[in-house]
Amino acid sequence: MSWADFFAMGGYAGYVWGAYGFAAVVLLANILGAARRRQAVLRLLHDYTKLHEADSE
Amino acid sequence: MFTYASPKNFYTLAGQLIPWLAVATALLLTYGLYQSLFVAPPDYQQGESVRIIYIHVPSAWMSLFVYVNMAGAAGIGLVWNIKLAELLARASAPIGASFTLITLITGSLWGKPMWGTWWAWDARLTSELILLFLYLGFMALQAAIDDPKRAARAGALLALVGVVNIPVIHFSVQWWNTLHQPASISSISKLGAPSIHPSMLIPLLVMAVAFTLYYFTVALMRMRAEILEREKNSRWVTELVGTAR
Repeated sequence: MSWADFFAMGGYAGYVWGAYGFAAVVLLANILGAARRRQAVLRLLHDYTKLHEADSE
Repeated sequence: MFTYASPKNFYTLAGQLIPWLAVATALLLTYGLYQSLFVAPPDYQQGESVRIIYIHVPSAWMSLFVYVNMAGAAGIGLVWNIKLAELLARASAPIGASFTLITLITGSLWGKPMWGTWWAWDARLTSELILLFLYLGFMALQAAIDDPKRAARAGALLALVGVVNIPVIHFSVQWWNTLHQPASISSISKLGAPSIHPSMLIPLLVMAVAFTLYYFTVALMRMRAEILEREKNSRWVTELVGTAR
């Protein structure tokens, strides 16, 4: 079996790779979203603390 | 054991666990994909399209498993007022919704060549769509209520009421004899003598374990963000933020 055969998936390429690709995109987006959210919270709290310090000086 | 129940300790422990969980997830996923795409045979009727099963079925299992976990955690948070349980429920919802969406979309991509339709109002399909709405409703409710305690309580009620949908999804293929085929692997006790060949069973189980590890990895990542937000006025978070940058 050649690589071309493998990617052709016996004529079902669009369906099979569509399913695997969609799952990959959604699962990756979840990881990026979770990582980015913690960074965003940290950044927000950091700015907030700096503002607070500037206030009390 | 109970020392980890404090958000601060849990935050640290989760931070240490996440890289290990992520590596284990990646290794199992790689092995599962290899099994699904290269080792498992094409079906004598469905040809290569049968490979969609290795995403579709484990995702469907996860959509139910994550929901039960989410409702359980929300219930524990409601009854015993445990903050970490509330946060686990909150962190689980988008992951469960993702698996439900993957189940529906991959099912649709499989249904088109095999059944000749993208969608039918079949009992299994419809109850799985309701599951997606339950997840989205839980998330919307959490987002709409500013007070985190009240948001957790309202979400818990919704999640617990929605649990009735879980057996409906599970038994839908038996109760209503519509389009969707019955389960291939019906219970753990049957694993000793399953109705499907090991060449299909192995990738299914490996993918299911990989997805479970993935769920815990991402849930812990989300919980860490939630902990920082919920504990923003506590001293350890202020100190952490002060030294972070």
